Amino acid sequence: MTSFHVPHLTSSILSPPPALCFDGVTFNHEDKVLLGPCTFTLEGIGPTLVMGPNGAGKSLLLRLAHGLLPPTQGQVTWSGELCPRQAMVFQQPVLLRRSAVANLIHALAVNNVPRRARTKLAHDALERFGLNACSNTPARVLSGGEQQRLALARAWVLSPQVLFLDEPTSALDPAAIKAVEAAVREFHQRGTRIVMTTHDLHQARRLAGDVLFLSGGKVREHTPADVFFDKPVSREAQAFIAGELVE
Amino acid sequence: MENNAFYVALSLLLNFDTALFQIVALSLQVSLLAVLIAAVLGFPLGAAVALWRFPGRGGMIVVLNALMGLPPVVAGLMVYLLLSRAGPLGDWGLLFTPGAMVLAQVVLVLPILAALSRQKVEELLGEYREQFVSLGMSRSRMMPTLLWDARFALLTILLAGFGRASAEVGAVMMVGGNIEGVTRVMTTSIVLETGKGNLPLALGLGIVLLTLVMLINAGVYLVGELTRRRVG
Amino acid sequence: MKKTLNLLLASVTSMGLSFGAYAEDYITLASTTSTENSGLFASILPKFEDATGIEVRVVAVGTGQAFEIARRGDADSLLVHDTTGEKRFVENGFASERADVMYNDFVVIGPASDPANISEAQTAAEAFAAIANAEATFASRGDDSGTNRAELRLWKNAGVDPDGDWYRELGSGMGPTLNTAAAMDAYVMSDRATWVAFGNRQNLELLFEGDKVLFNQYGSLRLSEAKHPHLKHEMAAKWHSWLLSEDGQQAIADFKVDGQQLFFPNAQ
Repeated sequence: MTSFHVPHLTSSILSPPPALCFDGVTFNHEDKVLLGPCTFTLEGIGPTLVMGPNGAGKSLLLRLAHGLLPPTQGQVTWSGELCPRQAMVFQQPVLLRRSAVANLIHALAVNNVPRRARTKLAHDALERFGLNACSNTPARVLSGGEQQRLALARAWVLSPQVLFLDEPTSALDPAAIKAVEAAVREFHQRGTRIVMTTHDLHQARRLAGDVLFLSGGKVREHTPADVFFDKPVSREAQAFIAGELVE
Repeated sequence: MENNAFYVALSLLLNFDTALFQIVALSLQVSLLAVLIAAVLGFPLGAAVALWRFPGRGGMIVVLNALMGLPPVVAGLMVYLLLSRAGPLGDWGLLFTPGAMVLAQVVLVLPILAALSRQKVEELLGEYREQFVSLGMSRSRMMPTLLWDARFALLTILLAGFGRASAEVGAVMMVGGNIEGVTRVMTTSIVLETGKGNLPLALGLGIVLLTLVMLINAGVYLVGELTRRRVG
Repeated sequence: MKKTLNLLLASVTSMGLSFGAYAEDYITLASTTSTENSGLFASILPKFEDATGIEVRVVAVGTGQAFEIARRGDADSLLVHDTTGEKRFVENGFASERADVMYNDFVVIGPASDPANISEAQTAAEAFAAIANAEATFASRGDDSGTNRAELRLWKNAGVDPDGDWYRELGSGMGPTLNTAAAMDAYVMSDRATWVAFGNRQNLELLFEGDKVLFNQYGSLRLSEAKHPHLKHEMAAKWHSWLLSEDGQQAIADFKVDGQQLFFPNAQ
């Protein structure tokens, strides 16, 4: 990608990520079980689409996987010794009150990328996501779609082995959705493991390698995408695909 | 005409009286330096209280908030007792010097800067927290990012601090002594002239002080607005 | 803390503030507002500085606070007007020597209409008794200053215990007390110097003066070397003896406001 010698940023194809293991994970809020117990393993690079109706616990599962929340019970572990490099893109992108390029430079700085390499990496990423025209624009005056692409570019410069996306397109118009999906494919092609939540069946069909289906805080099904969409195993998934209201 | 405070203020400014210039310069130096020192200490302190959870944190917030209302004369008395020859720092010989006035104003301004920046940083942290954790940032790494992103609010807070410093008289009177040519500032001059019954001159000085403070506020506001428009 | 303060020192110095602590040729004099506000110091200090090269920095406060500043070792010399208090200060070992320097006098001020008719009084005691009898509003400093103490002695001489709605204790300095008296048309006792230099008289006039009991003696004190060895005793001694010298006494006599002499040198 670049001629800079930045150890984890030099190769265009990333080393395969370790598997993510949920072992009896639950998450409670004031004695109420919101998620789990969940036990599953995510191997390969997906993309894994976490699906299910609203309130099924998709966002919670993502936050537990990314380490933003500690599980009440059980363990979230990665196979292998080291925790992989990860990034997350939120439904509402959280951008700093500075220019687009400064947002990327900040992310590089906190990840200890040498100062002289930062600007080039940041501009490369902006260009890749079609944002080079607004590199000096304050991040928070960008359109919703541009903001989400900037959040993706910020994830990109960190070369994550695992990328979590939490409903990244739910607030966007079709053109912006298309751009985000294209970005997700780029990450996938670079070898980044994708774990993404969506409640949009069509989007899932377009992107999914495998599907983790949740309802009522429990994992109902974890199957390859073609199986999930053609012959879902669980009753809840069948109903969801058929367009019925599922709790 | 000479009894009209606005006329007095205008002629003070137009004649560019050297004694007045000295007093104005000292006022600005003391208050600006005090605010600068208070900012260097107070903003990180406010951010630290926002970021870390420790025993006594709630009490500390209450104390900081309460100290925003510390009467200047009490701050002056504390610094006086500290710097007095009979006090713990008496050997420094700072009493009745501009340095003592700076110290007293730091005591007054620091709680304002710390308490208000704590509130602002905590608000911002609520918005940024997940993203920060996702980026793997430690709390101490979050501090500079939060302070920078809160910069426009901090600028306003800084102005509030400067307002308090430049407006107070009790503390500088007590630790400075209002010595002519050495520690006489705008507010102590106003008290002195009021005591002499020179009310138009006192009010004229007040108008000069107010004009200065307004100019500084306008300048900071303009710079802030221009940058805000550019940076968002 | 020390580091911060050192930084503070460095920055203040770099900003070009004159840092008293490091300039050597000056002394700090604790004195009363009457001497400062009347302009006496502005008149005589340059003469002393010309003669000796020593700058005198005046911290003008109430007599009580001036004693306190000197007691804590925060001033090199003391010039106040409370003879009783000054003598006690020497007895208690805080000062090594006290000398009469000059006097001015107190005057009784009041509304031009003079409802208590004190301008007809022969003595200060009569004037004060007349105010009490008429229950005319009287503004008292009420701050335990030298002037306040003198005023309370005068009430005692007049056989009056000042109490009631007409007697207002303000807890303020001389200037603010005069401002308040002007606003409420009250009688008030002032030192002559502050009154002559006072600019906000409104309806007030000088109504009674001249009784010997109204004389207001100022004394200069040399502070104790034993209690406060760090003070600039040598320069303070020069100041003390200059005040008592012919030159100093002449300088005091030469100070006039509107052609009127305000302080009368009387060093022994």
